[in-house]
Amino acid sequence: MSQAALHVRDLCFSHGNSFSLSVPSLTVEPAERVALIGPSGCGKTTLLHLIAGILTPQFGEIEVLGQRVDGLADSARRSFRARRIGLVFQEFELLDYLTADENLALPFRLISQAPNQEEMSGRVQNIASRLGLQGLLGRRPAQLSQGEKQRVALGRALVTGPGLVLGDEPTGNLDPDNARRAINLLHEQAAAERAAVLVVTHDYSLLDRFDRIIEFDGLREVSE
Amino acid sequence: MRSAWGLAWLRIRRHPVSTAILVLCLGLTIALPWTGRVLVADYRTELLIRAADTPLVLGERGDRFDVVLSALYFRNGRTSFIPFPATDRFGAEAPGVVVPISARAAAQGAPLVGTTLEYFEQRGLRISTGDFPVYAGEVVLGATLAHTLELGVGDSLFSDVTELYDLAVPPALKMRVCGVLAPSDGADDGAAFVDLTTCWVLEGFAHGHDDPAEIDPEYVLGGDETGLVISDALLAYQEITFENLADFHDHGDPERLPLTALLYWPASEKDGTLVRTRVNQRGNYQMLRPVEVVDELLAYVLRVKQLMDGLSWVLGTVTLALGALVYALSSRLRDAEFRTLRRMGCPPSFVMRLVVGEVLAVFLCAVIFAAVTTYTVRAALGDLTGWLR
Repeated sequence: MSQAALHVRDLCFSHGNSFSLSVPSLTVEPAERVALIGPSGCGKTTLLHLIAGILTPQFGEIEVLGQRVDGLADSARRSFRARRIGLVFQEFELLDYLTADENLALPFRLISQAPNQEEMSGRVQNIASRLGLQGLLGRRPAQLSQGEKQRVALGRALVTGPGLVLGDEPTGNLDPDNARRAINLLHEQAAAERAAVLVVTHDYSLLDRFDRIIEFDGLREVSE
Repeated sequence: MRSAWGLAWLRIRRHPVSTAILVLCLGLTIALPWTGRVLVADYRTELLIRAADTPLVLGERGDRFDVVLSALYFRNGRTSFIPFPATDRFGAEAPGVVVPISARAAAQGAPLVGTTLEYFEQRGLRISTGDFPVYAGEVVLGATLAHTLELGVGDSLFSDVTELYDLAVPPALKMRVCGVLAPSDGADDGAAFVDLTTCWVLEGFAHGHDDPAEIDPEYVLGGDETGLVISDALLAYQEITFENLADFHDHGDPERLPLTALLYWPASEKDGTLVRTRVNQRGNYQMLRPVEVVDELLAYVLRVKQLMDGLSWVLGTVTLALGALVYALSSRLRDAEFRTLRRMGCPPSFVMRLVVGEVLAVFLCAVIFAAVTTYTVRAALGDLTGWLR
């Protein structure tokens, strides 16, 4: 059993005749910060979805935090994702009818054995204070700036204490200053939770903030 | 499980306008047939209770609905005519209680009913304050009417003049309120009751004035020992008081004194059947069983209700189809939200519960809205048989 946060081996995924993805090997250590770069359409997002268990590979192994996710049943995969993997999206994808604190607490609604109300509230307050969101908790997404929305999205990804955080161009909608601030926050908070971070990005100015950069070479293989 | 319902409730709360519009549309669709059903049921009950309380009605030959509705609900009582002496003639051959009704006059918009004290006894009407009318010029008010007109014992009630341009019709008569009836939840609550003489005064069949022997000769235009011709300048009394009560009289044939109907409570069912058969065979009047007439009337009402029910079904189907369309379109708009939830690890059943929870909450709110609307309309309409008067 591997101790890595993420271990991918001989992964193959194809979608019809037009798209195929092959990843011979990819490993991310606990608390490691890894950037995934490559041209548009090369399959970076697909790889993140395979790792998160949103998609299922035809061949290969995906092991997240010691758990083989590729062989899990749908429901078990969803449950594992909700509990152990944090996801941050380019469009933030906050629910517009929830306030910031309700968006932060949303992952608890999706897991079957959620902590009690007091503990949940404590976790939300804790993550909100770490991300500087205390004064914004009662606001809905429409009342937040882009940077504030991204901080809420980061908090939502981290609030359950995941071992692996996956980011799909999380700074794509932010200006350079806010993008750097968001990446710094992601790294700080992930480090506090001892979570590994794997981020797809096109923003090369942020690459110095990562421990390791993986260039995704076409649709074929991963070169480290 | 609770999380999906909770999320559904949060979404509804945060979209109050669209939710309110949906609740309003659905609520009105539910309220329309519901209100119709409740009102028809109430109306039926009210009509049948009063009809069942009045075994038989004697009236002029003609429209049976007019006879029964005027005798029971004092509606349009001028259409039926029974001469006053018929009361005694009919009473002599009909064992039981015979009560004359004259529902030809009105006072301040309410029916003014002339009858005898037996009427109150047969209907089980009790006095709340004051007393029943014993003398001409006294009036007892139904509870609702007294409340509406804000009148009590000692106040005055004026009769309505129905023929403003007919100089032969007497002017309005001032009547003294001698009592107020306790509420009875029936047509009596909205009526005023006087004795028969007062009704005839109102219709010009009786009047009161100074003794001709004491009249100023200026007003005497002519005459002989059989009678005097007096000038119109001598006004008849416009109020019946204890002082002038004795001066009221009628000059005509008692057969001209009008009644609307006779209510008949037979001593036994057999007596009722015998008298009814006899009267109907004789043919100059008709004797009706109000329950049968009201049932016939309700059959028309129920036919209209069936039509309304049919329309409600069509309306309901259209509303539900539109509601489904709204949710289908809103689901498309919410694709991103559902995708996010799925990506975060929520099962498809969670999204299903979220949508179903919203639909159920809207439906529940609509049902509550419909219930409140129905019972508000019911309370606002109050006496459903009021339109019959």
